[in-house]
Parts: sequence; structure tokens; C-alpha cells
Amino acid sequence: MIDEANKLFSNLTRRFGRQTVMIVGILLVIGVLVLPVIEFQRQAFWVRVIGFTGLYIILGLGLNIVVGFAGLLDLGYVAFYAIGAYTYGLLASGQFGIHLSFWLVLPLAALLAALAGVLLGIPVLRMRGDYLAIVTLGFGEIIRILLNNLRGFTNGSQGVVGIDKPVIFGYVLDSGIHFYYMIFILVAVVAFFSNRLNHSRIGRAWIAIREDEDVAEMMGINTTLYKLLAFGSGALVGGLAGAIFSAWQGSIFPDNFNLFVSINVLSLIIIGGIGSIPGVIVGALALITLPDVLRQFSDYRLLLYGLLLVIMMIARPEGFIPSQRRKLELREEDPQPVTD
Amino acid sequence: MSSILESRSLTKKFGGLLAVNDFSLEVPEGSISCIIGPNGAGKTTFFNCVVGFYLPEEGEIIFNGKPIQGMPPYKITGLGISRTYQNIRLFSNMTAIENIIVGQHAHTKATMIDAVLHTPKNRKEEKESVTEAQRLLEFVGLSGEGDILARNLPYGAQRRLEIARALANKPKLLLLDEPTAGMNPYESAELTSFIKRLRDELGTTILLIEHDMRVVMKISEQITVLDYGSKIAEGNAKEIQSNPKVIEAYLGRGAASGLSLSRD
Repeated sequence: MIDEANKLFSNLTRRFGRQTVMIVGILLVIGVLVLPVIEFQRQAFWVRVIGFTGLYIILGLGLNIVVGFAGLLDLGYVAFYAIGAYTYGLLASGQFGIHLSFWLVLPLAALLAALAGVLLGIPVLRMRGDYLAIVTLGFGEIIRILLNNLRGFTNGSQGVVGIDKPVIFGYVLDSGIHFYYMIFILVAVVAFFSNRLNHSRIGRAWIAIREDEDVAEMMGINTTLYKLLAFGSGALVGGLAGAIFSAWQGSIFPDNFNLFVSINVLSLIIIGGIGSIPGVIVGALALITLPDVLRQFSDYRLLLYGLLLVIMMIARPEGFIPSQRRKLELREEDPQPVTD
Repeated sequence: MSSILESRSLTKKFGGLLAVNDFSLEVPEGSISCIIGPNGAGKTTFFNCVVGFYLPEEGEIIFNGKPIQGMPPYKITGLGISRTYQNIRLFSNMTAIENIIVGQHAHTKATMIDAVLHTPKNRKEEKESVTEAQRLLEFVGLSGEGDILARNLPYGAQRRLEIARALANKPKLLLLDEPTAGMNPYESAELTSFIKRLRDELGTTILLIEHDMRVVMKISEQITVLDYGSKIAEGNAKEIQSNPKVIEAYLGRGAASGLSLSRD
């Protein structure tokens, strides 16, 4: 963990200068950690906004495995988020009178979502680019429409309400602050694992597939297996986020899982820098936090937001923090990123 | 000498086009063999059949005594066949050394769990991969350039990197598709001696497709000539140079009477 943090730190210092990184980093960490415990105006609002940003960072990191690493354009990522959310929603509410523990359902939700990811992966293995995007887009919509129409099972558009709050050692986690910290622990865990995968045999195989699938197979990579692995791992992360979302909200509706979630998550990856883990974080700040910061501009909010996206894509098409490969040949005391 | 690769009456069609037609070939183990022929003769198609990228309609491909046609490319690679491409196909957004490490994929074993948990097995393997890749970089003369993104390397270095990536698989048979394409005479002479060194030092059997006759005649121990998907001649440099059918295929009827393919 410390190893990884060091690498990230030296990457950033190289780019922005040591002092800036230190100050910004310390302020950010302190800000994030103490935000819920200090008292200030509209605190609940900010806890909610930042918590949601965290949730989108998790989703972004998950989709980044599929789109950023393996290069498989998935426009239906929301489906896995929905599967995670409904798994917990249905197994811990009055809907069927089942009240399983959150800590039991969380891995189950992740597993079910991963399974759905692999199942979606199988028929689309032969597709590339645009075709893959269309099929996954359809898959996302199918899941949402099913949730809407399987009334006996999901309660249709009335949604699942009264979802249990997680309990830890007899203590009920029912306030926004609890979920805020839960989300940030998960952000750290997912970012950490994702970073390790990125620079491993698995991650390199994914990137090779992204760069040139035919050649990747000629390197001895079982591309079928690795693509399914990418779909599965991405979906797993989406399922985790979904389960937390439904526990946090206490009620879920099919409309929570519409196409715009997929589009938002994909956009934040692209804006942050495709394939880049710090990029996902910056992208989420820009796309999820910013619209709420701009709330005071009321009517002009979406206009400003749209304008920002357009300017961003023209000025910096590779994203805020483009992904980088590590130096491996000439390793110095602290590894440095490869610069163009 | 036994043959490491054998093609028996291989036929590959694209619709009505016979890209490779009843083609038989034996590549002796430890040799440098060459396939030549005019553009569109089916040379690269044959390579694609060998590595499993295309499924031939008829015939057999025997590698090391085992039939391999119909196997997926990644498995064929695992048996010890590597290739390079006519138009360089590196993983351009990965560093040079990473390209080589990806080339070792068939010989490494780390699973997702190993990668996520950084198990001792994974650490050891990563270390060995890097060391081996550094050795290969040195072998192809790219020491110190391993951390450059593949797309930022100069053309000649990209060619050599592609060979290093292919060698990372520890191939018994190396297929080189026009390795000197786009090189000046000096560079291609240098590459020619490099290919010879490959065979002599590593014992790798080499089968190449080549257009540059200086290169072909200098290093090939066996030359096979393809035209319209069929084999029209086979032999050593001398035999091929004087074969009227070959001259006809390259230069057309009439030319065959007074000319020879030799340029020096």
C-alpha cells in the first residue's frame, strides 16, 4: 500500500511540483476525512454530494477496467450497478420479507453482478468497437425495463422501499456520514487493487488487447478469457457500488438506473484520462461534484457544465491526467512514469 | 535434418480466390528458409494459416510432429511459434520493455489473485520477466530504450523491438514477414547478419518472407517460390536464380530468356 502511494506521489510531483502536490494532497485528505464531523452550513448536502462523487469514483474505476484497460466500449455499465442494488434491495427489505445481513449480501451482490458481466461477455466476444457499444447499450436498457416490468418481483416503478440499514456489531449504520466513510474505504480498496492489476501480467494482457487484439492473441494471450475477466471484474465493482447505493438510499427505483448513469460514468473516465486511475477521481470531481457546486447558477448550471465539457475535450482531449506506463527497464530509487 | 514445420497440400480460399493452393512445404529444423513470390502470391496468407489466424480449407500443418491446424492462435504460440508483421504491429502505447514482457505471456503464470495480492510468486515472476526483457533489449541493441513508448521509437528500432517481442516467447520457429521492408541497404544488411546471429546463437529455425533479393540470396538455405498461391519452385539460391519459371513469375514471359534474378 505504502509502496503504491509512494509511486503515485512521485508521479504527481514530477508533473506538478512537490509543494503543490503536498499541499493539495493534504488539504484534500483532511477535507474528505473531516468534512462530515465539523459543523458548517448545509453540511448534510455536502456529505451527500461528496459521498455520491465517491460512488461514481467506484463506478468509474470499475468501468475503467473494461473500457480503459481492455478497451471494450461498454455503454450498459449501469446494468451491473442495478443488479448489485436490487440484490441487496430484494434480500434485505419487506419486499419478500427476507432480511439478510448487509455484510453477507455485499459479496453476493458483487458476485451476481460479476456473473452477469461474464454472461453478457460471452455473446459479445466477437464484437468490436461500435457493435459492442450497441449491444451493451441494449443490455443496460433491458435490465432497466425488466426491473420496471417484473412487477411481482421488483415491484415495478414503485420500486423497492424500506431497505434495511447495515448493522455492525449491533450498531446501525443509518446516517449519511456512515455511508460516506464506507464509500471512501471502498474507493481506496478498489483504486489500490485496480492499480495493482494495471501493472501486472493481467493488466498488460488487457492493454495489449486494447492496443491490437489479433496481435495480443499471437502473444499467447487467451483473448476470450481475458475479455471475460475484464467484463467480470468491472461488473463486480459495479455490483459493490450498487449494493452500497441501495443501503444508503433505503429505496431504489428502476429510474435510478437509466442510461445517463452509464453515460456519466463513461464521460468521467474520458474526461479524467482513459485508463488512468487518478484520472477517474478528477473526472468524477468534474462531472459529479461540479454540477452541484454550480447549483447556485440555477438555470445556467447545465449550460456551464456542457460548455466546460466541450472546452475540456477541445483543449485536452487526452483527459486531465492521461494514463502512463511505469518505467521498468531503468528502475531508480523511486519509479518514474514514462513521459511522451 | 528433420523438419520442424510441414505443410501438406494446404489450401486456403477467400470466396472464389485460391490464396494458397495445394501448397506443400518442409522447413528443416535449424534452417533459415525463405518464401518469395510476387505481391499477392499468398505468402502472408500462408503465415496466417500457420499461426492459426486463418483456418485452411484443406491440408495439414504439422509443427514438431503434431498437427496444429484448427488450434487457436494463443495455443499455437504456446507451442513455440512466433511471428512479426509486414507492417509493424507493436502495442504502441506500451513501453518497449512492456511489449517484450507481453511477449512472454505464454511462459508466465501469474493469475488475477497473484496480481492483486502481490504474492511472492508474482513478485518473483515480475522480476524474472523484467530481467529477461532487459536481456532481450540488449540482444537487439535497444538497451536503455526500454522505457520509451513503442510508438515513439524510430522505425528501425521498432522492427528490432518486434523481433525481440517475438523472441520473448522462446520460439522454436520464428516467422518473419518482410523484416527489411522500408529499410535502406545498410540497415537491411545489418538486419541480415542479425537474423543469421539469431539462428546461430539461439538455434531458432527461421522462416521468412522477403522481397529484397540481396537479403534472400545471402541468408537462405532453402528458398520456396509462390505464385498465385502455388509453389512453382524450391531449392537453394543458385537453383532459384536460374529457374526460368521464377524469372517468368517476377518479370513476365519473354524476360525469362535473357535475364537472371541475380542483381550482383
